[in-house]
Amino acid sequence: MENPKSEIKIPTMAEMAAEGKEPEILFWVGCAGSFDERARKITRDICKILHHVGISYAVLGTEEGCTGDPAKRAGNEFLFQMQAMMTIQLLDGYNIKKIVTGCPHCFNTIKNEYPGLGGNYEVIHHTQLIQQLINDGKLKAEGGESFKGKRITYHDPCYLGRGNNVYEAPRAALEFLDTELIEMKRCKSNGLCCGAGGAQMFKEPEPGKKDINMERVADVIEAKAQVVAAACPFCMTMLTDGIKHQDKQQEIQVLDIAEITVKANGL
Amino acid sequence: MIAQFIFIIVLAAAVYLFSKNVAKIRRNILLGRDVNRSDQPALRWKVMAKVALGQTKMTKRPVAAVMHFFIYVGFIIINLEVLEIMIDGIFGSHRIFSNPLGGLYGFLIGAFEVLAVLVLVACVVFLCRRNLIRLKRFSGTEMTQWPKSDANYILITEVLLMTAFLTMNAADYKLQLLHFEHYVKAGSFPVSSLLAPVLPNNASALVIVERVCWWFHIIGILCFLNYLPYSKHFHILLAFPNTYYSNLNPKGKLTNMASVTTEVKAMLDPSFVPETTGEPGRFGAKDVTDLTWKNLMEAYTCTECGRCTSVCPANITGKLLSPRKIMMDTRDRITEVGNNIDKHGKDYHDGKALLGDYISREEIWACTTCNACTEACPVNINPLEIITELRRYAVMEESQAPASLNNMFGNIENNGAPWKYSQADRFNWASEQ
Repeated sequence: MENPKSEIKIPTMAEMAAEGKEPEILFWVGCAGSFDERARKITRDICKILHHVGISYAVLGTEEGCTGDPAKRAGNEFLFQMQAMMTIQLLDGYNIKKIVTGCPHCFNTIKNEYPGLGGNYEVIHHTQLIQQLINDGKLKAEGGESFKGKRITYHDPCYLGRGNNVYEAPRAALEFLDTELIEMKRCKSNGLCCGAGGAQMFKEPEPGKKDINMERVADVIEAKAQVVAAACPFCMTMLTDGIKHQDKQQEIQVLDIAEITVKANGL
Repeated sequence: MIAQFIFIIVLAAAVYLFSKNVAKIRRNILLGRDVNRSDQPALRWKVMAKVALGQTKMTKRPVAAVMHFFIYVGFIIINLEVLEIMIDGIFGSHRIFSNPLGGLYGFLIGAFEVLAVLVLVACVVFLCRRNLIRLKRFSGTEMTQWPKSDANYILITEVLLMTAFLTMNAADYKLQLLHFEHYVKAGSFPVSSLLAPVLPNNASALVIVERVCWWFHIIGILCFLNYLPYSKHFHILLAFPNTYYSNLNPKGKLTNMASVTTEVKAMLDPSFVPETTGEPGRFGAKDVTDLTWKNLMEAYTCTECGRCTSVCPANITGKLLSPRKIMMDTRDRITEVGNNIDKHGKDYHDGKALLGDYISREEIWACTTCNACTEACPVNINPLEIITELRRYAVMEESQAPASLNNMFGNIENNGAPWKYSQADRFNWASEQ
């Protein structure tokens, strides 16, 4: 590749440990972020941001595994705790103190459910990191695509919003770009689920009148948004599918907050 | 003298019957598993003050919030008047507070009358919303004949009680103007004085109207008190303890099962010696007695307002799941279990269970765990916790998860991801552009 910016070397914990180094923060990629095609792009974008601001970070690479979240929500507490204990061993082995996740489900599980099993870390979601970087003046909105005046709406992921009361950080990241931030009729604590939570991502929905993501996409269309911002790989899939199904891909883009940040900074 | 005697008997009977039924509900609630909800008392008092006393979560629906506030304030404040009625009833006095309170008494009676009118208006509006406008929220599969009638009985009773209260005051007012017997000038009657013209002018007829209304009002209240334990209206009492014992964790956090932790630790570390708890139990919940006492208290607290169901993404899109039904089923089942104990003794099993006989598997698997229901509940009820416990039972005791979820479990076990991708490919994203 000719573009030097794309030749980012992603540091792993194993390499860092071999060099006797400890990163400031672990980037927990998550299963969707590792395997889902669209989410992988967001994962790389989060790394671009980390590189750009010069934070010392690392990922677990092939050592990472599922946090156990979908198993837990589906009622398989055994499998969840197996995954959790193995993950805690791994994280503690690398003496990890601070984690940024690319997924609200991983965020919620590590932050809220691991402490009871002995895993205590400072956990933030990538939108919170972006907000911090903006507040610290490390991230500017320059050198890239302008979002000024663009009609952007933000879809609250359940496990970030209602689950953990993170409503402002993602919005702050969008407002920073001088966008025209518009709210859907169901937003913040009243936000409507995309339909993928509680392990629904991995099964067919029960019989009903329609799919939940279609109900949500109707809100997006009603808000007349040009961009719907997401902050969760599952929401990303559900919204993208819904918009495609409504044949609105030309009018409405679905972008993660990290992608928007990368675009705005030309990273 | 006879009137006092009858009053005391009726009052004692009403209080006895009520305490007996409340004790039964308390017993039923305590059939649930133990859970510690007594930590952080300062925060708990704050939550109760905000959510139950201050009704902050009602404000999401402003019309209902204002109307409900009228009835709520009316109910609490008019109780001061009921206190006077009780004392008058026991001692045969008439408006006993009028002398010691002096001018304040007039103000209070006036305020009660205004509140009574507001309660009347709110009840009529609520009756219209349920029976004429037919708000969607008040229907649904679980809203069968009884829950619908229950709501109407409550509203009609309140209308009757307030009407009796105002008519009684109107008659009293007229008798005061006539300087009749013990009806001395006491109180102010901004509302009931308007009703006075429709009442007879004859003093003895007025006494009959006043006495009939007085008895109707107080016996009505005592009957209503005894109706509470059978009705959704029990929320007026349980809302307070129920919010005090709220879940104080972030909504996204589910409990970690301690029994599972012990087994997993033993699996990962053979030298681990588990503490013998002596409590075999089962994983998750099959029946109501597998739930915690808090889940059961919530079931008795639910007033079937349907805010949970109206925001549930599964319900909105036509799935069978309704969080309100989860709570109503739990309450109906624990009541049935309690009745069985009363009839057949402690060890009787009727062969029924919450999962299967009341709540179907199709319902529990439709939940996205999005917490819209817990956010919407004005008294912090958590249907999601019950759904999760039922799922735990279905998965860990019965191995009855939907096939696709079993595949997901298998993938996590074998390759550390819910999809069928190799662990070795997990870092491939780093080398893509």
